[in-house]
Amino acid sequence: MIGELGQVSLCFALALSLVMAASGLMGAAAPASVARRVATSSAMGLLVFVALAFGVLTYAFVVSDFSVALVANNSHTLKPLVYKISGVWGNHEGSMLLWVLVLALYAAMVAGLKRGGERLTSAALGVQGLIAAAFLLFILFTSNPFLRLDPTPFEGAGLTPLLQDPGLAMHPPMLYVGYVGLSACFSYAAAALLVREAAIANNWARAARPLILMAWIALTAGIALGSWWAYYELGWGGFWGWDPVENASLMPWLIATALLHSALATEKSGAFRTWSLLLSIAGFSMSLIGTLLVRSGLITSVHAFANDPTRGLFIMVLIFFAVGGALALFAWRAPGLRVGAAFAPVSRETTLLLNNVFLVAACACVFAGTLYPMVLDALGGTKISVGPPYYALTFAPIFLALMVLVPFGPQLAWKRGDLRATLRALYPALGLAAIAAVVVLALVSPRGVAATSAFAVAGWLIGASLIDIRRRKGARASAFAAALAHAGLGITLMGVAGSTAWRSEALTVLAPGQTMTVGPYTLRFDGVTREKGPNYIADRGHFVIMDAGKPGATLLPEHRFFPAEGQDKNDTAIHTTGLRDLYLALGDNRDGGRFAVRAHVFPLAPLIWLGGLVMALGGLLSLWGRLRVREPEAQPAAPAMAQAAE
Amino acid sequence: MNTKKKRRLAFAAALLLAGAAVAGVVVYGLGQNTMYFRSPSDVAARMVGEGVAFRLGGLVEKGSVQHGAGANVHFRVTDGKSSVPADFNGVLPALFREGQGVVATGRMDSQGTFVANEVLAKHDEKYMPPEVVDALKRSGRWQEGSR
Repeated sequence: MIGELGQVSLCFALALSLVMAASGLMGAAAPASVARRVATSSAMGLLVFVALAFGVLTYAFVVSDFSVALVANNSHTLKPLVYKISGVWGNHEGSMLLWVLVLALYAAMVAGLKRGGERLTSAALGVQGLIAAAFLLFILFTSNPFLRLDPTPFEGAGLTPLLQDPGLAMHPPMLYVGYVGLSACFSYAAAALLVREAAIANNWARAARPLILMAWIALTAGIALGSWWAYYELGWGGFWGWDPVENASLMPWLIATALLHSALATEKSGAFRTWSLLLSIAGFSMSLIGTLLVRSGLITSVHAFANDPTRGLFIMVLIFFAVGGALALFAWRAPGLRVGAAFAPVSRETTLLLNNVFLVAACACVFAGTLYPMVLDALGGTKISVGPPYYALTFAPIFLALMVLVPFGPQLAWKRGDLRATLRALYPALGLAAIAAVVVLALVSPRGVAATSAFAVAGWLIGASLIDIRRRKGARASAFAAALAHAGLGITLMGVAGSTAWRSEALTVLAPGQTMTVGPYTLRFDGVTREKGPNYIADRGHFVIMDAGKPGATLLPEHRFFPAEGQDKNDTAIHTTGLRDLYLALGDNRDGGRFAVRAHVFPLAPLIWLGGLVMALGGLLSLWGRLRVREPEAQPAAPAMAQAAE
Repeated sequence: MNTKKKRRLAFAAALLLAGAAVAGVVVYGLGQNTMYFRSPSDVAARMVGEGVAFRLGGLVEKGSVQHGAGANVHFRVTDGKSSVPADFNGVLPALFREGQGVVATGRMDSQGTFVANEVLAKHDEKYMPPEVVDALKRSGRWQEGSR
C-alpha cells in the first residue's frame, strides 16, 4: 500500500505546484494579496507532499519492499543501511524525486523569507511552481519511482558497487542543492522581469543573493566531493577527467560564480543589472543542460542511469520553454529596467566585469568541448571524443588569466579606484608570487613552465588574500568571505599543479615478500588475505612502507567482489601526510599469489579538496553574514507600495 | 556624454575581439584534439592510420586474455566480425572481463597491434557503452535485449 501513498502524494504535489504557479503569478500584481497568501500556503503544501513521497520511497528502500520495481532493481537486503538510503537517489527515478524535493525546499524557503517584498516573492513562487509542475509531470509520466512489480521478487538486484561509497552518497544531494538553487535564482530573475514596478524589480539582486550563495556553495562542495570520489574510487588517481558528466557540473559552477560576482555589483552599485538577469537565466539553463546530459542516455558513465529517449526529449522541451520563455521575457521587459550606474575604467566594477568575461568565456570553451561530440554524433554518426589537451589549450589559459586578475577586485574601490595605491598594497603578494616561482624552479624537479606559473599565481592569490584579511582586521566575519574564497582558489591551484607536474607512478607484479619503489617510498608486499565485508568478499593486499629498512605504516588496498550485483570493484589505499599522497591500487591476481600493483605518489594532492573546502567556507561566511543582518532598505519599501496600491 | 559613448564603443569592440579570439581557439582546439571512435571492423577496413590516437571499442574476445611480462596484458577486441589484438601495460579496471564490453584509448603500431594507454570497462552489468552497442549493431551481432 505504501507505494500508492507515494504516488498519490506526487499527484497532490503536482496539483499544488499548479496552484502555486497560477496564484504566484497573479500575486505579482499589486492588489492580489489573497493570491499571494495562496501561493505561500501552496509552497508549504508542496514541500509536505513531496517530502511525504520521498519519505515513502526511502521507507521502501530501507525495508527492502521489492514490490516496488525501483527498489527491486536498485537495492538488496544485504546492503548496509546507509547505502540503502543513498540508493534512493542512486538511480534515475529516485534522483529526480530528490531534485523535486530540493526544489520544494527552496520554494518553501522563498515563501518563508519573503526577500525583496511580497510581490517579488510571489512572482518568484509562481515561476518556481511552473518548474516544479514540469518536473513532477516528468516524474509521473516518464520516471515513476512507485511502479509496482508483480510477482514480487525474493531479492533485489543491488546497487552498482561504485556507488556504494560515502563520498558518493553525499555528492548528488550536494549537487542538486546547487543545480536547483540556480532554479530559484532563475525564478527571482524572471520575477524581477514580471513585476512591472521598477523599484521592486531593481531589488531582485539583493533578494536573490542568499540563494545564489547557497547554490554556489553547494556546487563547489558537490564538485569537490565528486572529484575526491573519482580520485580514490576509480583507481587511476585522476581527480578530473573532463568527462561530459563532470563538465555538466562545472558549467553551472562557472556561471554561478560569474553571477555571484555580477550580482554583488548590481546590489552594491547598481551596475550590470540586466546582465545579472541574463546570467541567472544562463545558470539555470546550464543546470538543465547538465540534467539533460546526465539523464538522457546521451553519454555513458556511472551517472547515466537512463537510456529512455522520451526522457531526453521531455527535458529538451523543458529547456526550450524555460530558456526560450525567459529570454523572450527578458527581451520584452529588460529595456524597461533602470540602467546601471556608470563606473570608471579603473574600479571594482571593471574587475568584476572582467571576471564575468573570463568566466563566461571559460564556460563557453567547456560547453563547446562537451557538446561538439554529441552534435557530430547526432548529425552524421561520427563518434569522437574531446580530451584533456583541448581543455589545456582553451580553458586553462583563460582561467589562469582570471586568477591573475582576482586580487585586484577586493582592493579597488567601487565606482572609481586608484590603481597605483592598489598596486602598492599588493606588492607583498607580488613578492610572495616571485618567491613561490623561484622556490619551485630551484628546488623541485622536473621543472616546467606550467607548474612554475601556477605556483606564482597561487602565491599571488594567497598573498593578496592575506593582505585583504589584514586590511579588514576588526570587520565583521562576512567581510573576510572573499579573501577566504580566493585563497581557496590558490590552494586548489597548488594541489592541481603539484599533483600533475610532480606525480610519479610505478607499475609492477609482486609476489609476497617482494618490494617496489615509487617516488620516495619503498613498499613491501606481505601477501593477500581474504576478507568478508557486509555485502562483499575482498582480496585485501597488505603493504608496508619501509622506512630505512624498518616497517612503517601499512596500506590495505582491496579488490572487492559483490555477489549480489555480480561485480568487482577496486578499493584503493591512500597514505597521506597532508601534503603528499601515496596511492595504491591492487590489480588482478596473477599465477602463484602474485598480484599486479599500481602505485602513485601525488605531491600536494590533498590541497585540491582542501582548497574547495576553503572556497565553500568563504561562501558560508558570506551567507551567514547575509542572513544574520536584516536588509534595512528592502523591507519597508515593499509593504508601503502594496498599501498604496490597495 | 560623448566620452561615455566612446568608452562604451571601445568596450564593445574589445569584448567582440575577445569573443572572436576565444571562438578561434575553441575551433582550433577542437580540430586538433578530437579522437575518433573505431570498431574492430573499422580497423580491419584500414580506416585507422598507424600512430594515430583513437578509441577502440568492442567486446573482449573470449579466451584471448594473456598476461605477459610484468604488468603487461594482451587481449583481443572483437565486434563479432573482426578482431584486433591489443596490448596494455597497466592495471586493468575491476570490471574488465572476457566477453564484456570495453573501450580503450591508444594507437596502432606497425605490427597491427593496438597499444592501449587507457582501458575502460563498462561500469556495470546493465549498461553497455553506446559506442560498443553501435559497433555491435553495425557488425550485425547485436540483438535487442541481449544485454
